[in-house]
Amino acid sequence: MTSTDTVADRRAATAEPILSVRNLRTAFFTDKEVIRAVDGVSFDVAPGETVGVVGESGSGKSVTARSIMGLIQSPGRVLDGSSIRFHHTETVREFAERFPDRTVDLQRIAGDLDPATLFESIEATPATFGYDDPEQATVADFVATGYDDALGIDPDDSVFVTDGSTKSPTRGFLEVTRLGGEARRAIRGDKIAMVFQDPLTSLNPVYTVGNQIKEALRLHRSLTGAAATTEAIELLEAVGIPDATRRLREYPHQFSGGMRQRAVIAMALACDPELLICDEPTTALDVTIQAQILDLLEELRAERGLGIVFITHDMGVIAETADRVNVMYAGEVVETAGVERLFATPKHPYTQGLLASIPGRQGGERLRTIEGTVPTPNAPATDCRFAPRCPEAFKACERVHPVSVPIDDDGDHTAACLLYPDAEPVDYHTHHGDGERR
Amino acid sequence: MSSKVHADLETLVSVRNLRTYYEDDGLFGGRPVKAVDGVSFDINRGETLGLVGESGCGKTTLGRTLIRLERATGGEVRFDGVDITTLSGEELKSWRRDAQMVFQDPDSSLNDRLTVGEIIREPLDVHEWRTPAERRARVRELLEMVGLRPEHYYRYPHQFSGGQRQRIGIARTLTLEPEFIVLDEPVSALDVSVQAEVINLLEDLQEEFGLTYLFIAHDLSVVRHICDRVAVMYLGNIMEIGPTEELFADPANPYTHALLSAIPEPDPTSDRDRITLHGSPPNPRYPPSGCPFSTRCPARIRPVEYEDLDDELWSQLSTLREILRERQRTDRTVTDRIRSLLGKEPRFGTAEEIYGELFDGRTVPDDVRSVLDDVAAALADDDVDVALERLVAEFGGVCDGTQPEHHEVGETTRTSLCHRHEPAYRSPDRTLDERH
Repeated sequence: MTSTDTVADRRAATAEPILSVRNLRTAFFTDKEVIRAVDGVSFDVAPGETVGVVGESGSGKSVTARSIMGLIQSPGRVLDGSSIRFHHTETVREFAERFPDRTVDLQRIAGDLDPATLFESIEATPATFGYDDPEQATVADFVATGYDDALGIDPDDSVFVTDGSTKSPTRGFLEVTRLGGEARRAIRGDKIAMVFQDPLTSLNPVYTVGNQIKEALRLHRSLTGAAATTEAIELLEAVGIPDATRRLREYPHQFSGGMRQRAVIAMALACDPELLICDEPTTALDVTIQAQILDLLEELRAERGLGIVFITHDMGVIAETADRVNVMYAGEVVETAGVERLFATPKHPYTQGLLASIPGRQGGERLRTIEGTVPTPNAPATDCRFAPRCPEAFKACERVHPVSVPIDDDGDHTAACLLYPDAEPVDYHTHHGDGERR
Repeated sequence: MSSKVHADLETLVSVRNLRTYYEDDGLFGGRPVKAVDGVSFDINRGETLGLVGESGCGKTTLGRTLIRLERATGGEVRFDGVDITTLSGEELKSWRRDAQMVFQDPDSSLNDRLTVGEIIREPLDVHEWRTPAERRARVRELLEMVGLRPEHYYRYPHQFSGGQRQRIGIARTLTLEPEFIVLDEPVSALDVSVQAEVINLLEDLQEEFGLTYLFIAHDLSVVRHICDRVAVMYLGNIMEIGPTEELFADPANPYTHALLSAIPEPDPTSDRDRITLHGSPPNPRYPPSGCPFSTRCPARIRPVEYEDLDDELWSQLSTLREILRERQRTDRTVTDRIRSLLGKEPRFGTAEEIYGELFDGRTVPDDVRSVLDDVAAALADDDVDVALERLVAEFGGVCDGTQPEHHEVGETTRTSLCHRHEPAYRSPDRTLDERH
């Protein structure tokens, strides 16, 4: 764990997160430009918690999900300084046993290093990690996020132990961005599973549904034959598919849309994951079927203590499912808060606009709109990316990049907007901002 | 809501007992898909009628049939008094100018290889409207009308965002100054903020040109905003039709109830009770013989002797019935038969397996138990028909056997298709209150 007092961490202290995303930056390198699809996103997910990520198309929601899953392919890359940590202790123990060569005892390294002085020897600033003070950085930040050379750590090392020995760790984390090869396959689908938007594209049309579920069981849990069949039937029943024995031998096209999504969820659950990432899981479904799937996910969360990252553009779905909400815009989280607070008192003009443009939530004849479209973030932000569409933009918005500001005392609600904090807002952002690094 | 008060409620489109079936191409005809199965309604001049329902309920087919993109199998569509289902040749062509359509997906409904100007001008060319110069001028005028710029004439569709592309689609429908436009999910592919812009545009255009809309959508909050009246469709039938606010505030049909309660509300503090429907809509090739909604209805009329049966158990019985119905329609391949003869892992689970899944841990009264035993015996003989018959004979009711009628409900012109509106039964409202 980091010892910083960033907003997100203070909140995390109350419930041990299972996943923490810190300053995630994912960019796509094309001949023409570098598209910073995700540009400094941080959030935590606790076990049994549903964290919503909401935003328009092009805001970077799906790339965030894919970065967590390690599904970013060339020309895309997760940039140095990004960290995705998986804190599940049992998994850390399991991986330390399985990959002893890749396990690092952080306490040993930290003993003779002062993180604050490390900035002098390598090419990184506190802002690289999303901090504004060198004192906030920890050794973990350096080793985990690509500055390992200076510390003599092998680039393949990805299991970090913070308490206990490497033989029997009692605390630690897996750095998902550094996982490769076998270790990556061991976590993807097994510990972290994903449900995609369109069930037809995530199911193979030429294999029976049972075949595909059994494949997952064979690869991750080494179950075959009758044992796999029994388990697959149980999984289908768990996600509410009646007559599972028959269904197992049918092909995806013989399933209705809702049934297909249930089958996909059953596959995701095949390995009993700790974390489930749902990327618009109900967008392709009808409302009555959507209601069934949302009920199912809620049931599974409560029963299994799953942490869920729920990505959607539908504010109604977010209101019903999420405990916390991150609002994304052009690759950045512009506002985060508990779901009730976000809907009751949205602070960022973008969130306000998003909520106001939902038909039926407003009186009056005309719908409020947000003029313009989401820009493509193809350069480091030196301004507020929402400024061109923002009804409340003022001069400073064009030259200062806003940072996340706590809106309330407990730091649970933050917004990245020059309107906040109330006292000397622009100075706050200029001082805390990452202007000097760019 | 665009509640323009029309002193004279003049009917523009009048639909009577309209049916659109898709026939099998097979040699022996086979069973048709009953996409639209006998609907009747009127659309008044200048109003927006919403058409909502789940995918596959026939709403798009109905919209396409109204403007003759599909041929009706039966019934009539009177447009200003003329039955357009029988038009042909020149008559049809000249009528087509009056009725246009905006499609759901602006990506696939615009030709990538034509410029925006050519796309919008095409209807004018087809109908040989005035001179080419006048056509070009008209296109530029239209571009401005829908919020684009005249210089966009020479650009290609891919250079525009989704919202702008939908504006191009709208401009194209307006070229020939139609009276009636079918909007087939015009905003469902758009982000919520862009969606709001397009809705505002549609409302402005309606006001300016006195257009009549049929607005097809599955997003009910959009419908509530834009429509004067709403028709709720299920499996080719209109379940309920009436003024928007009345229908949303006090739905009469059990299906409308369920549909409305399924919309996620953008308000985390709401503690509304959701009615979650089980299963999915039946195959329109094999619609239920009674009420179309009977297989999923939360307010289905039960036989008197089972009136007090546990709700959970009742819904499990319905699930069992659905399983049997599906089996009845599933062809068993030769390999399946051989496998089961050889006693290998059969394709179908046995009755015990299904019962274990459905009724484990529930108290099943003796009378129900004996029926289930009969069903299991029939299944053991591989006779799904007999099993289903037994089940329906015992637990079926008026909803399964008889087609319901439209009953007048509410204060004005609202009607709802449900047996429960008959005086002999308890109303859907009260039943749902009690059961949920």
